[in-house]
Amino acid sequence: MIRNIVIALLVVVVAGTAFWGYQEHKEKNAVLINAENTYQRAFHDLSYQVDLLHDKVGSTLAMNSRYSLSPALTDVWRITSEAQSDVGQLPLTLLPFNKTEEFLSKIADFSYKTAVRDLEKEPLDDKEYATLQSLYTQAGDIQGELRKVQYLVLKNNLRWMDVEMALASGKENSDNTIIDGLKTVEKKVSGYGETNEMNPTFTSAQQRDENFKNLQGETITKEEAIATAKNYAHSKSKNLKVNVEENGKGSDYGFYSVSILDKDSDTELNMDLTKKGGYPIWYINNRDVNKTNIDLNQAHTKAEAFLKEHDFSSLELFESAQYDNIALLNFVTSENGVKIYPDSVKVKIALDDGSVIGFSADEYLKSHKTREVGNPNISEKEAKDKINSNVKIMEEGKALITNDIGEEVLCYEFLGTIKDDTYRIFINADTGQEEKVEKLKNSEPVYENLI
Amino acid sequence: MKGISSKWKWLLLFSCITICFGIYPETRTNAFSSQIIQKGAVGDDVIELQARLQNIGYYKGKIDGAYGWGTYWALRNFQQDFGLPIDGLAGTTTKQKLANASNFNKAWIHEQINKGNEFTYFGGVPIEKQVKAKGNGTGGTATGKAPSKPTTSANLPGGYSQNDIQLMANAVYGEARGEPYTGQVAVAAVILNRVESAAFPNTISGVIFEPGAFTAVADGQIWLTPNERAKEAVVDAINGWDPSGNAEYYFNPDTATSKWIWSREQIKRIGKHIFCK
Repeated sequence: MIRNIVIALLVVVVAGTAFWGYQEHKEKNAVLINAENTYQRAFHDLSYQVDLLHDKVGSTLAMNSRYSLSPALTDVWRITSEAQSDVGQLPLTLLPFNKTEEFLSKIADFSYKTAVRDLEKEPLDDKEYATLQSLYTQAGDIQGELRKVQYLVLKNNLRWMDVEMALASGKENSDNTIIDGLKTVEKKVSGYGETNEMNPTFTSAQQRDENFKNLQGETITKEEAIATAKNYAHSKSKNLKVNVEENGKGSDYGFYSVSILDKDSDTELNMDLTKKGGYPIWYINNRDVNKTNIDLNQAHTKAEAFLKEHDFSSLELFESAQYDNIALLNFVTSENGVKIYPDSVKVKIALDDGSVIGFSADEYLKSHKTREVGNPNISEKEAKDKINSNVKIMEEGKALITNDIGEEVLCYEFLGTIKDDTYRIFINADTGQEEKVEKLKNSEPVYENLI
Repeated sequence: MKGISSKWKWLLLFSCITICFGIYPETRTNAFSSQIIQKGAVGDDVIELQARLQNIGYYKGKIDGAYGWGTYWALRNFQQDFGLPIDGLAGTTTKQKLANASNFNKAWIHEQINKGNEFTYFGGVPIEKQVKAKGNGTGGTATGKAPSKPTTSANLPGGYSQNDIQLMANAVYGEARGEPYTGQVAVAAVILNRVESAAFPNTISGVIFEPGAFTAVADGQIWLTPNERAKEAVVDAINGWDPSGNAEYYFNPDTATSKWIWSREQIKRIGKHIFCK
């Protein structure tokens, strides 16, 4: 009797486990297929977009009038952005797709800049036409390779998940059609990379890497780096553990990383300094700040004193903001009443005791140099007339900004409002062109309190 | 002796009361704390500033305790009309003039804020008519729990929303929660460097969810609840701190599975992570 009950119970348990296992298996498969489909969609979409890209670039070659060229280039720009988004959805572990993305972004930059230009006044020159032609050939090559991979994927019913799982388990001997095929694409694209006859201003990413080339001064030693860092740390404690390291060879510029651990208060200061001249790039001396004892205005004074102490001169407060118990102050250079926006220094102040817990001169050091700020060609009144008449102008001044194509331009700066929104508008002081219009952000409601 | 001391007590109490009464009208005009309120500030003084400016018709926006552009222009207009130096700073004189010219019902305003009600505070209209209580569904819970912050708006670094920051904080916490603070800022900086780089997607969510880009995303650790430190690290990175030295990759040499990552040129090491170009 008992034996039968036990047997019956076991049967139920086994059947239950089997059923549960089957359910789990089904669910797992559903999830896998779902992920697989996402990859497939991104991949097939990508090859479609590259197809389209090739065609569109091809048709722009035959166009001459501005009326057809501008919209066509805008379309190219749109398609590259779609293709880029597809690349971003493919698994990165399989292979780095960087070069393909870079190629797409180059086409995007080129098409954007030419599309927004007044092609009536400034038609495509020979060099740009040649660029367009080479882009057309390259897009064709990539299209061909992608089509080949796509054909194989469809014919052999290849699945991205299989490849990914094989890679994850360390076995790479499974069918590598996808990997090999895409590697060929990547190799083709990187082949174009440097030899591209593109104007250097087309690659926006390269521009940022200016790497402190304007800095003056001698190369400093490790000891000097430590001395500078200690000067910033202001620590009276004798119980310090100091560590200094040089940059690795992947860095575009030489720097020392100094860390100073104060064993008494258990706080650590981290700081990077340029090798050339020993300028502080940034420092972080973070700790928990739980109280607000001083206000933003006092923090402003403290930050100014700090900058003065460390020889950052002619800076003017541009923005200040309070985050809980921390104040962040953004300063820019001011030269004869002209705000130099690229020269920005940020100071972070703890509002409990007013100490400086962070500092970043990254942008300042990259862009600061002795400048000749020229005289404006047009008057402030003329500049004002260029502004949309719906904007109520509240404040005006002069400023130097970096525009869309990465040039420094002298502008008249206007702050104005339309209803409840505030705008910052820059009018080029030489050409009267509207260089930049920004809608300034208001503080955002805390959603936690809205629900 | 005893008699005298109790007399003294009475005298003391009496004088205390007189002082209190004497001070009371004073505190009404000196309602602000002593701080000079400048743009970007948050807190009770800003609530008062906004309420007072609204009371006399200068400020039309929401009374949320965050000194933004709306408050700035309102204050400047006020300063202009009252013959004060127009600097957008609420210093002693400005605060005095404003306090004299306007009313401020502190208890009522803070009650509305705590309840999460939508309200305005214009002069000349009965305040009861200026409140729109929250929907019934949530009103009850709102009164039950005190809001976590005194203000209902937050300052944010340019162009990013609280939700963007939360998403990045999730990634940073999932990837580097055991790392020193600098290392967390560096991980956040790598995400931002990727957004700007031509070789990666152009949005924060695109970079974070790029398949295979971050292990924390692949194994689900990104959905752990991040702490305030991770959020602070993200805000620092957005505000321009980049301890990684412009890195676009990083890896943990102890756990990295991909051989390929070792071929990248290294920039520096912070905590357990090596940052590469």
